[in-house]
Amino acid sequence: MSNIKKIFTDGLFDKNPILVQLLGTCATLAVTTSVSNGLAMGLSTTAVLIFSNVFISLLRKFIPGEVRIASYVVVISGFVTAIELLIKAFLPEINKSQGVFIPLIVVNCIILSRAESFASKNSVLYSALDGVSMGAGFTLALVIVSAIREIIGSGTFLGMRILPDSYEPALIFIMSAGAFFTLAFVVAGMNKILSAIKKKSQKEGK
Amino acid sequence: MGLLKVSASPHIRHEDTTRVLMSDVIIAMIALVIWGAYVFGLRVITVTAVSVISCVAFEFLFNLIIKKPSPVGDLSAVVSGMLLAFNLPATIPLWIPVVGAAFAMIVVKGLFGGIGKNFMNPVLAARVFLFASWPSHMTNYSEPLMRLPLFGEGIDAVSSATSLTLLKSGQLPDLSVKDMLIGNMAGCIGEISSILILAGGLYLIVRRVITWHIPVSFIGTVAIFSLIFAPSEINALTYMTAELLSGGLMLGAIFMATDYVTSPVTPKGRLIYGVGCGLLTMFIRNFGGYPEGVSFAILIMNLFVWYLDRGTKPVKFGGGKKNAKA
Repeated sequence: MSNIKKIFTDGLFDKNPILVQLLGTCATLAVTTSVSNGLAMGLSTTAVLIFSNVFISLLRKFIPGEVRIASYVVVISGFVTAIELLIKAFLPEINKSQGVFIPLIVVNCIILSRAESFASKNSVLYSALDGVSMGAGFTLALVIVSAIREIIGSGTFLGMRILPDSYEPALIFIMSAGAFFTLAFVVAGMNKILSAIKKKSQKEGK
Repeated sequence: MGLLKVSASPHIRHEDTTRVLMSDVIIAMIALVIWGAYVFGLRVITVTAVSVISCVAFEFLFNLIIKKPSPVGDLSAVVSGMLLAFNLPATIPLWIPVVGAAFAMIVVKGLFGGIGKNFMNPVLAARVFLFASWPSHMTNYSEPLMRLPLFGEGIDAVSSATSLTLLKSGQLPDLSVKDMLIGNMAGCIGEISSILILAGGLYLIVRRVITWHIPVSFIGTVAIFSLIFAPSEINALTYMTAELLSGGLMLGAIFMATDYVTSPVTPKGRLIYGVGCGLLTMFIRNFGGYPEGVSFAILIMNLFVWYLDRGTKPVKFGGGKKNAKA
């Protein structure tokens, strides 16, 4: 049980792929212009992550060590293609707004890093759970960043106007410069919270 | 043992404190506020006051929160506030200087360690931030001599094209050289009067607050570049004068690019820095998407200051290549 709990606290907080490991920043900076974009990106990456983790874990004793990275990429790109076709078929609007970023999930370093550092060493169940938790951590971070950017940069949340009409949106927040500011502040905030929790638990440990 | 002081480099021996230097800069800028108020109306005073007060307030509050000694006494926040106001049109809604001051003092200056440690000019960074966020407010220039009252909104003012927008489209501005020189034209509060800015710059050079290297190389590069690349149907000299006197070139070259923290220390480094600023300004003005490039040029060159200082380190007495191997 403690293993499962650790998988989830790692994915969401202690080893959060974006906020702590700073993996997949390109996707984060590019797609977080609105909450719906961030959410769509987070969920599609999560789906790829779960499937690729499960399959790489299944194949972990079969794949020779010398060619493992290439093999992982083949597995990952297979799932990304599947997800891309599914989105094109059933969610054409998301396909439109995400554009090139869905196929680019292949090169999202979070997925390869989980394959290499977790799925290739752990059982199928744990790998699946790791996919869920890392995906959730990724989605959580994307939603936080995109919520800040959307509220300040367009005055809306999920497309609904939430700030009064007299508020004039700061356009820079939906441009790429705003993505960098926001991500930096969110990472700083996360560090502060994590170090505060660590201090507290150390005190209690004494 | 009061004689022996241990301090970090560069070891410049001078009686000046930051406060003295900053008061000189303020003196050099006061004429610009008065001229701005004469051309655009008393609203200029309100904008400048709001900008200065919020810069000082944000610097004070930020240092209070992070429990550092308050640096407000060195007057650098006052200078930042005045320069920020100089970069805004007189019609600006009054909340914009407040947001700009917060960005300059907290994000650009405070978070990187306060005065002396910021890697970019806080005022210019704030200007670019405001420009990217609220472009319509930042380019709403009022007609010269259509004076705006001390208080009240300036939004209804007739917006006027600046000379640079005209130059960009290949036309000469409909202004005499005299008007451009004394500053009887549309633009930001502090950038219009080239002659007053030059006088302020001269004062600062005489008082040895700044050296001539950056302004001369910056303005000189722009002059040479515009002579060479003047459009064939316009007289090259007229074109050059228009490029030099319109926009934020003078203000940028004399008051912004010479900021101590974000400009090189060595004379050679300063010359390279000025030439770089000039070239980038002209590249952006002529080939870029924006009509004005001074602020971007200075910000980009700010990032090279560390390399310029390292690359142009003066040779120590008795050092040099000849003796290096011995």
